[in-house]
Formats: sequence, C-alpha cells, structure tokens
Amino acid sequence: MAAMDTTAAAKWRWGLLDVVVVVFALVPVLWIASLSFKTTGTLTDGNFIPREWTLDNYRTIFSTDQFVRALVNSIGIALIATTIAVVLGTMAAYAVARLDFPGKKALVGVSLLIAMFPQVSLVSPLFEIERSLGLFDTWPGLILPYITFALPLAIYTLSAFFKQIPWDLEKAAKMDGATQGQAFRRVIAPLAAPGVFTTAILVFIFCWNDFLFAISLTSTERSRTVPVALSFFTGESQFEDPTGAICAAAVVITIPIILFVLFFQRRIVSGLTSGAVKG
Amino acid sequence: MSTDSTTTVDRTEAAGPKGRVPAPRRGRGRVPLSEGKRAERKLGWLLCAPAALVMLAVTAYPILYSVWLSLQRFDLKFPDQREFVGLSNYVTVLSNGYWWTAFGVTMLITVVTVAVELVLGMGLAIVMHRTIIGRGLVRTSALIPYGIVTVVAAFSWRYAWTPGTGYLATLFGEGAPLTERASALAIIMLAEIWKTTPFMALLLMAGLALVPEDLLKAASMDGASAWQRFTKVMLPVMKPAILVALLFRTLDAFRVFDNIFVLTAGANQTSSVSMLAYNNLIRGLNLGIGSTMSVLIFIAVAIIAFVFVKLFGTAAPGSTDEGGRR
Repeated sequence: MAAMDTTAAAKWRWGLLDVVVVVFALVPVLWIASLSFKTTGTLTDGNFIPREWTLDNYRTIFSTDQFVRALVNSIGIALIATTIAVVLGTMAAYAVARLDFPGKKALVGVSLLIAMFPQVSLVSPLFEIERSLGLFDTWPGLILPYITFALPLAIYTLSAFFKQIPWDLEKAAKMDGATQGQAFRRVIAPLAAPGVFTTAILVFIFCWNDFLFAISLTSTERSRTVPVALSFFTGESQFEDPTGAICAAAVVITIPIILFVLFFQRRIVSGLTSGAVKG
Repeated sequence: MSTDSTTTVDRTEAAGPKGRVPAPRRGRGRVPLSEGKRAERKLGWLLCAPAALVMLAVTAYPILYSVWLSLQRFDLKFPDQREFVGLSNYVTVLSNGYWWTAFGVTMLITVVTVAVELVLGMGLAIVMHRTIIGRGLVRTSALIPYGIVTVVAAFSWRYAWTPGTGYLATLFGEGAPLTERASALAIIMLAEIWKTTPFMALLLMAGLALVPEDLLKAASMDGASAWQRFTKVMLPVMKPAILVALLFRTLDAFRVFDNIFVLTAGANQTSSVSMLAYNNLIRGLNLGIGSTMSVLIFIAVAIIAFVFVKLFGTAAPGSTDEGGRR
C-alpha cells in the first residue's frame, strides 16, 4: 500500500477523499454560520450563502441578558470544573502511572465504569438530592457532575502521558545537585505540562458540550448554560423569530472549539487516542 | 508483568518525598513491608482518594438513592401522596407502550448509528492515517464535529431540513421531513453519525498505528490484494481497538438525548429512553416513575457492557491498562 501511495493517481484519489471528508465535516458548521449572518428578510430563502450580510443577530444576542448571563455561566462553570478535574485527575494519574499500591486496579475499573455510566440515570436522583441540599440551579450543582464525568477522561489521558515521561531525568537532576522541588519545577513540570494542557482542553470541551445535566439541574438564568439557553430562545422569548439569534449564539459558542481544534489539533488527537485505547 | 519493569527503574523517586530508599523489589512475598513501600502505598491512596471520593459520591450514592425512589409513589405535584409501593412503578413502566416504543427507538438508533459509524470511521481512520496531502487539514476538519456542541450541530441540521429555510428540505420532494416518523428518525441518526464518526475514527486510528508496516509489505509481496491485506492483516491486529471503540460508542449512542431534544423534541414517537425519563422528571415532575426509568436504563447499559466485556475477554481496557503503553 505504501508503494502505491507515491503514484500520481493514488495521490489524486487520496486528495479527493480528503475533500469529501473536509466538506462533510464542515458543511453543517458553515450552514449555521451562514444563517447567523442572514438578514431577517433573506433568512428563509434557503440559500446556502447569504444574499445580504448583517451582524444584527450578533447585536441582538449581546444586548440581551438571557444570552450574556448564559455565556458567563458556561465559561465560569466549564473553567472551574476543568481546573478541579485536572488537579484531582493529575494526582490520581500520577499515582496510577508511577506508584504501586493496592486498589489501583479498582480505581482504574471505577473510572472505566463511570466513563460508560448512563448519565440520564443520575438525573432523577441528583435532581432530588440537589434540591434538598440547596444545590439545584447553582454553579456547584453543575460543576460536581461535570467533575465526576470528566475525571475518568482526565485519569486515563494523564496516566498515559505520565507513563511516557522519562522520570530518570529527575534522578539525574538531583544527582547534579538539584533539590526535590527544583527537580520537579525545572525538569518534570515542563515535561508533564503538554499532557496536562491537552487533558484540560478535552475536559473543557466535555463540560462546554453538556446539555442533559445543564437542562435538568437548572431552572433559571442563574446557572443556565448556553446550550440550554439556546433551546429556550424558541417559543415565548422576546425574539420574534429566534432562528437568527439562535444561530448567532450557536456560532459564538462554537468559536472556542474551532480555536482549540485549529491550534491544538495534534495534541487533541494524541490525547484522545492515548487515553482511550491502551495495550 | 511489565508493571514491574516500568516501575522498578524509578522506585527511588516514587518514595521520593519521604527520602527513603526502598527495599529490593524481588522476594517481597511474606517479608513485612519496608518503610519506603509503606510510604508509597500511603502516597498512592492519598493521591487517589479525592478523585475516587468525588466519583463515588456523585454516581454510586445517587444510583442507590434512585433505586429507593423507584420503589415509591412520589409525584412532586402531589407530595403528600408519597408512599412505598414496592415494584408497582416497574409494572407501570414495563407495561407501558411509550416505554417500549422509546426503548425500540433507542435500540434502533444505537444499532444503526454504531454500525454505520464503524464502517465510515474505519474509512476515515484510513484516510487520516494514509493521506499525504493535507493531512493536517483533514485531521483538523474531522475534529470539528467531535468538538462542536451537540446542540449547535442539532440546530444546524434542524434548520437544514426545515421547509423554506433549509438547503436540504426539498431534497426528497415536498413535505416536512422532521414531522414524519421515519424521516425524522433518519435525520436524528444522520446527526448522530456526523457528530461521532470522528471519535470512532480516532480510536480506530490508534489501532491502525499498531499495524506493522513490514507485515503489510510482506503480505503485499506474497500477492495479497488490498482487501485481503485489510481483512487478514489489519483487522486482526486492530481487534482490541475496534472492540474498545464499539463498546464506548454503543454505550454513548444508547444515551442519545441532545439531538432528539432539538430536532423533534420526541414528537411522532421519536423519543429515546433518555428523552422519556427526562420528560417524566422535569415535565411530569414524577420522581418515582422517573427514577424507575433511570434504574431500568442503568440495568440495560450494564447488560450491554457485560456482553461486550464477555466478548473482550482479556482485551478489556481495565485489564491491559497495567501493562503500560505497549
């Protein structure tokens, strides 16, 4: 197969397949972006490319509390959950990758089970538990389940990264006179940073994406995230025809994802593949 | 196992903070634990405890609590009628037509999307693995469906199929595809497949990277066709990766919720079990019935996982994890 790749015909064939993949992946994204730039008059013309361009939809959403609050909630909740999950995940992953202790297999097993856990099964009990604890419709009420479901991802990805770090370097640094702290700061931390960063991106994407918990465990603008706010733009909201506004809001929350993918494509791929498939 | 070989090298730092040199590793059978060994255990537990506690507190306790709730009549609209009713909620749900319709829809979506994704994902994995021109571009584009918020993608599909607004609406003649059961289900599956094929492909690509190039070349020299190389060389090597990808995607597909919520809101019998449980809880405020469905979904997922683990045998992810990367 490798030999055939070099011929011109094969190049064209692969090139064509590439185009198919790119078009298939991007069309829905371009379509919603296109809708968000259409004027009210041309919104329903069915054209893939807007005939008239406008930024009105973006002005509308940023002038309403409904969207701005949701955006603040989304960013805050996702950042806090990501930070906590990555810190706890780093600790556990270090232990899994480097230490020998009974219960390690159990921890890995539990994380695997939680990665496969049907989240909807938690919606009813969490709804009731959070109501009685006063966590319903608050930031912590969403942050807690996000941390829980992000942890397996963090532990798997990070322990795979940590296993690849040449830990002998730490010993070498200490022989050269570095203290434990210096060896960690100057040698190990820089080596571990890319793995931790990659994990943080994956966890953030997970939290940013969630809809089920966000719609079940919130009830007001106090803690509603953007995906939920989007689904409430319809119907009785103040927008006459919410389509343009929904699309503009959808584009806004897609921007961070696009940036991550553009700048960290290689890391995301390596993080996902090392974390999810082992052995 | 290889755990020994990977950890013995660096055992000194493992017990590092305590500054002790651990006893030699071999022959630890009955010998009392050395100081360093004990420190290592303690550190390991300390480091894992917070993660383990959070995970168990937010999953194990609620699922047990929902078993308890499922045995009660508990409707938040009539809170004073709360009482223990045994298994009668289960009888109610399991003898209900809506539940079985939703269960059938969920199974259909799971089976069809996972099967299609396996084929498409394998194709995409090979393209991403083999292509020379624009490799970065292909990988970047393929990651966008993976990363994008499901609700956003679902709205894009919804407007694409809405008559008058969408570029796809008139593809199959007049009518509104999202308001008819068969076409609505097909669109839900399309949206699911679009969103999750890249994830499947990435998992398969990791398996693809394990296929030795020499083996493919040797097979090629011996006159094996491309198809034979694929089925006789690549597939056997990739089997563990394929099973892991299938397991993860099957359980994930079974949870389908976001796409249905946005595309049809469960109208025209397109509800999945997740959708039905959500509706009973949030719209119906019926905690008893909602919890019963939660428990039933949990059991269904456990059965699926069990069947897969039986198929895995020793290739289950948990069991190979100890062996390090390769």
